[in-house]
Amino acid sequence: MIEVNNLHKGFGDVKVLNGITTKFYPGKTSLIIGQSGSGKTVFLKSLIGLHAPEEGFISFDGRINTNFTTEEKRQWRQEIGMVFQGSALFDSQTVEENVMFPLKMFTKKTQAERLERVNFVLKRVNLENSNKKLPAELSGGMQKRVAIARAIVMNPKYLFCDEPNSGLDPQTAIVIDNLIKEITEEYNITTVINTHDMNSVMEIGEKIIFLKNGLKAWEGSNEDIFKTDNEAVVDFVYSSNLFKKVREAYLNETK
Amino acid sequence: MNYIEHVGKYFLMLLQVFKKPQKGRFFYESLLKEIEELGLKSLGIIMFISFFIGGVIALQTALNLESPFIPKSLIGFAAKRSIILEFAPTFCSIILAGKVGSYITSSIGTMRVTEQIDALEVMGINSLNHLVLPKVIATVFFYPFLIALSMVVGIFGGWIAGVLTGLFSGIDYIDGLQTDFNPFLIKYAMIKTLVFAFLIATVPSYHGYYVKGGSIAVGKASTQSVVWTTILIVIANYLLTQMLLT
Repeated sequence: MIEVNNLHKGFGDVKVLNGITTKFYPGKTSLIIGQSGSGKTVFLKSLIGLHAPEEGFISFDGRINTNFTTEEKRQWRQEIGMVFQGSALFDSQTVEENVMFPLKMFTKKTQAERLERVNFVLKRVNLENSNKKLPAELSGGMQKRVAIARAIVMNPKYLFCDEPNSGLDPQTAIVIDNLIKEITEEYNITTVINTHDMNSVMEIGEKIIFLKNGLKAWEGSNEDIFKTDNEAVVDFVYSSNLFKKVREAYLNETK
Repeated sequence: MNYIEHVGKYFLMLLQVFKKPQKGRFFYESLLKEIEELGLKSLGIIMFISFFIGGVIALQTALNLESPFIPKSLIGFAAKRSIILEFAPTFCSIILAGKVGSYITSSIGTMRVTEQIDALEVMGINSLNHLVLPKVIATVFFYPFLIALSMVVGIFGGWIAGVLTGLFSGIDYIDGLQTDFNPFLIKYAMIKTLVFAFLIATVPSYHGYYVKGGSIAVGKASTQSVVWTTILIVIANYLLTQMLLT
């Protein structure tokens, strides 16, 4: 479980996060939503330790990440999987080398054992027979799947995804969403996703946090988001006519 | 950001670069790749330029020696001194600053803007050590060989130019090469090469690693890195010459 307590973060005079408190649970897919500039990326980067909090703390199963010794931090890093917005695959390495990279860096497995694990995770993300391809030879959806495979190859306890659907067509986006949700449940991972995609919110949002001006403005599930009367959430989530109609239909049905 | 801040940040970067690599075998593999990328792939251009510039130095020296009282062996002597002292270590390094420097900045800069460096950091890898140290070791160990080859090829180019044009004889040229040979000058050239190799690897890495923005920012950083590396090579050349030869 990840526990965020009164998290503050700023850059110079600009305060980005103004005291966020929340919890993320294992086996659950949690989504962070909010307008551009609301602090989502800074929040996610704080969770993965790329930004140090100015105030407050983040604890991972009771361990506060800012109190880690160098060795503890190294260990904790290996418990984290991250899927970046642009996939962040190493473009000079093949699919196999990309996925194998953490295993080579941090484990003492033999090459055969590493290859077995790589093939297993590539199969899990439905990406067989692409081992020797370079990232530039893959479609956006395939690159995302390689990024997911690399993120889970070390059996992480925590998985973070920054806009995993950006730049993908709706069908591929749903495939990626479902893949992340399945993996989260299968391996009991604590998953946190930063997204703008309202389809993801409706499909896989077991827990949704809405950020506004660096504060948690709302929290609930994808069921709750239909019923909420929080003006900021309604304005943001139901800004398109399609989602307005979906909400109306849902409310009429549940009356 | 002012210049002093940049200098401070550069030295802080070096502190991270010179740490023990996290995985020795991985470092060794990266080192071999960098030797190929930064050294072996520069061999052709350096040999080509050295051969022709060596020829030009010898021809120009010959054409400017009009007095019959000056021995023709002076051509070989002057060509040898020019190539060993300045052309091979300094001008080849400036050429390498352009070729290799822009490659280093753009490759690291692209990794930065496509979040590949963030990916390394999230995995718990010291990205500076992982990306920059193999480049520094590769250049510092390989460039002395490259520059030594440049010296040999440059001097050979001078000899060929003389023989083909008939401006001086091969025997006079070789006689000049053997005149007043001072091994310290080779040492001086190699010390300069080591310092320049270090600058060629670290200054472009600095510009690439701290780039902010997108592809245009990477392009600008590449240009800046070549300019700054060249400036620093020229300054270091002056300071080293003053320290070692005066």
